[in-house]
Parts: sequence; structure tokens; C-alpha cells
Amino acid sequence: MTKVVLLLIFFICCSTGGEIAMTHGMKLVGEPKSFRPGVLFRFIGRAMRSGWLWLALPLLAASFYSLLVLLSWAPLSVVIPASAFNYVVGTFGAKYILKETVSPKRWMGVVMVCIGVTLVLITG
Amino acid sequence: MKHEHRLRLKTLLMVLLMVVCANAGDLMLKRGMLQIGAVQISSVGIWHALLSTIHNATIWLGILFLIGFTLCYMTAVSWADYSYVMPAGAFGYALQTTLAVVILHEAVNAQRWIGVTLIVVGVLLVGQTQPSTTKPKPVLS
Repeated sequence: MTKVVLLLIFFICCSTGGEIAMTHGMKLVGEPKSFRPGVLFRFIGRAMRSGWLWLALPLLAASFYSLLVLLSWAPLSVVIPASAFNYVVGTFGAKYILKETVSPKRWMGVVMVCIGVTLVLITG
Repeated sequence: MKHEHRLRLKTLLMVLLMVVCANAGDLMLKRGMLQIGAVQISSVGIWHALLSTIHNATIWLGILFLIGFTLCYMTAVSWADYSYVMPAGAFGYALQTTLAVVILHEAVNAQRWIGVTLIVVGVLLVGQTQPSTTKPKPVLS
């Protein structure tokens, strides 16, 4: 049980950490002015040179593989709610690390999505 | 007001592209793996599966769609909040269930429909908030 809990914590940290690092990196890269192919290629090229992106990718890969291991260790009814809980942890990360303003309405939406995803995946 | 409307519209477009790419990618991977058949858990079986996936065009199409999903996600979070894009992307689960019922005529139980309803209402609630709440960042020309 202890190893499942530890891996769950590792999975949530990697998943949320990877997505937050990617978001932070993309915010530093800046948004493309238009969707013309030339602008998009320059945008992707700049993103590829961002250190934050290269931090995010291994974290996201680690979260993916830890999810696969979790699925082999623990029942779906444990793994799915834990992975859906990422929505809540991610929102905390967005608020306190990325300094986004999370209104009560957005919180309510996130919690509903988290419960909804759990119900859909468990019955899937 | 016009700026916010434009921001909302392009974020919605990117989220829709994300959902389409993720669902199409998953579908192509599933189809490709069905063409390959069940993977035997042995060194020969895994090696054979690896070679088969490399030579399977459907798998490559699936990978291309998933790369498309990642690029759309990266583009969306370059202007919109992470706490806005992340839950909005969950709309894909609701779409999957609806498509399974409409196209594949699958039976879906009440618990799953409750889940779909919660996702749709949750995404609508998040969608009513400001897409970007942090200070404006540089625009690339």
C-alpha cells in the first residue's frame, strides 16, 4: 500500500509539475501573432529552444510511465480518481505557482470536471 | 471587450482542435494495435510488436495526431491560463461517450451519463471565466 501511495504522489507531482513547467515556458515564449505557417514555425522553433519545455517533457514522460505502473499495481477504482485529482492539484499549482486568478466559479467547474472524469473513466 | 471576445474565440478553437486531435490519435492507435494483434509478453513477442508498430501506417497517423494535440496545447497555454485550458480539455471525455452512443450504438449506463453531465456543466462554468488572468506576454510576429 505504501509503495502505491508513494507512486501516486510521484505521478501527481510529475504530471502537474510537467504541465506547469510547459505553461510557464510557453508564457515566456509568447503567443503567435497569427496562424500563418511562417509565424507558427517560428513559434514552434522558439518553443523548442525553451529550457522549460525540456524540463516539462521528461516530467510528463515520467508521469505517463508511473501511471502505467500504477495501473498494474492498484485497482482502477483507486488509480482513476487519483489521476482525476490532478485537475484539482493543477489548479492549486496554477494559483500559487503561475499566479493565475482562480475565481470560485472556476473552482466549482474544476471540481465538477474532476468528479465527472472519475465517473466516466470508472464506468468506461 | 473586443480583445476578450477574440481571446475567448481563439482559445475555444484551440481546445476544440486539442480534443479532436487527442480523440483521433487514440482511435488510430487503438486501430493500429488491433491490426497488429495482442502483444506476447516475451522478448521475441515485444521485439516483434515493436517492429510491427514501426511499420504500421495507422500507428504513425495516431502519433501525428498526438503531436498535433501537444502543439495545440502549447499554443493555447501561450496566451490562456493553465487552469482554464486543462479542465476545458476534459470535454473530450464527454464527446467520446456521445460518439460511442451515436456512432457505435454502445450502451452507456446512468453513472456514466451523470459523469458526462458533470463534465459539460464544469467546462461551461470554467468557460464563463476570463481565459487569461495573468499580465500580457510578448506577441511573436
